[in-house]
Amino acid sequence: MNLPFYVPPEQLMKDRAEFARKGIARGKSIAAVAYADGMLLLAENPSGTLHKIGEIYDRIAFAGVGKYTEFEALRVAGIRHADLKGYAYARSDVTAKGLANAYAQVLGQIFTQEVKPYEVEIMVAEVGKDAADDLLFRVTYDGTLFAEEHFSAIGGQEEQLTMFLEENFRPGASLPTALGWGIGAFQAANGRAFEPREWEAAVVDRTLGRRAFRRLRAEELAQA
Amino acid sequence: MITEPPGSPGSPVPGESFAALLRVQGMEPRWTLPPDASVVDAPEGTTVLAFRYAGGVIMAGDRRATAGNVIAYRTMQKVFPADAFSAVGVSGTAGVGIELIRLFQTELEHYEKLEGSRLSLEGKANHLAAMVRAHLPMAFQGLVVVPLFCGFDEDADQGRLYSFDVVGGRYEETDYAATGSGGRDAKAYLRTAFREGLTEGEALRLAIESLVAAAEEDTATGGPDLQRGIYPNVVVVSAEGYREIPEEQVAEVSREVMGAAR
Repeated sequence: MNLPFYVPPEQLMKDRAEFARKGIARGKSIAAVAYADGMLLLAENPSGTLHKIGEIYDRIAFAGVGKYTEFEALRVAGIRHADLKGYAYARSDVTAKGLANAYAQVLGQIFTQEVKPYEVEIMVAEVGKDAADDLLFRVTYDGTLFAEEHFSAIGGQEEQLTMFLEENFRPGASLPTALGWGIGAFQAANGRAFEPREWEAAVVDRTLGRRAFRRLRAEELAQA
Repeated sequence: MITEPPGSPGSPVPGESFAALLRVQGMEPRWTLPPDASVVDAPEGTTVLAFRYAGGVIMAGDRRATAGNVIAYRTMQKVFPADAFSAVGVSGTAGVGIELIRLFQTELEHYEKLEGSRLSLEGKANHLAAMVRAHLPMAFQGLVVVPLFCGFDEDADQGRLYSFDVVGGRYEETDYAATGSGGRDAKAYLRTAFREGLTEGEALRLAIESLVAAAEEDTATGGPDLQRGIYPNVVVVSAEGYREIPEEQVAEVSREVMGAAR
């Protein structure tokens, strides 16, 4: 009888983490920046049809980097989770915290139990009644959940983007200002300017009524 | 409730349909009754009407729910937004109807979020017809629900309306439609008073006049109640989307119409 080779769990986890990190680093990044009326999500994404940012529920948005099929599956699962919960209970019972926890559970499980971990990192943003109630969560490939304040970034250039935002961010800014910071962060990280069509941007904005999610138009991006 | 690696091949969770998702989770509404169940006296909502005007479509519903000869509820809402470009109204068993609408609204939004685009107006109407048909067993037990659906067709750039029957038949109407116990009287009024190219103000007045006409002939339809301050729900769907007519405006027109009727 052949015994399988023994691989120490430390090594196994390290290998998986490295594999996932490599996959994520190959993709383009996304930054999230809070502004006075909500939260901006900005992605470098030349495709006009394959979105990285999406609406989950009334006040909740999703953003994912890494392998498209994998974060797309997570987005769909999130919408199903939210719609089921909102239908079974009430719309106000659907929260970003619950959703982020569910994502962390799934990603954690996939990381340890599946043949290959998901090569994704995701963010869940929720606008509250005022800026103090805004929530921003980041979930990594292994299911680690971070609650972020004001801004965050995911993807290969995560560190450079957060560094730029840390230096520039001020609470209570307008949307164009926040958009300026986001674009500035990408320009600093890449050392080049971007065309408006290279962006995918959306906001969850508390002034928009029940469904707070809105994609920004190319004109709005061109002005920033 | 994210139970498995989502979307994995062979996953039992089906495409874009929220109803199918509910079925998988065992949460779908049970539209069936045991064959020996007796008919209950559940509250029923009554008259809803809709017609085209220059800018799109207008839909109005009275506020009364009845159970037999009793007024069960005076301030029921029977006209709802289906999504940003359509409205839906119900007549028939109130409880079942409201649940049907909640499911329909969730279904449309669910599809829109998953697909990134809205269903076509015809697609929405067909889906609603299938939902009515699915609850046919209950209709045989006396718990009948008949919706009315209208919206602005963004492709054809015009308002369109659909009426339904109890078995889920879907009929596109050209000018006006009405449902519920006072629907026949409302339609009779609309038949003589409707004309092409009404402005929004004229359409609002005609909608209330039709409801008043229905309320005069049908006890289950509640006209504008000036004493209690209960007015019909009126909504319009135009190129700009779904919009509720503010209550003050409905109240003002109601007072005029009631004055004229006297």
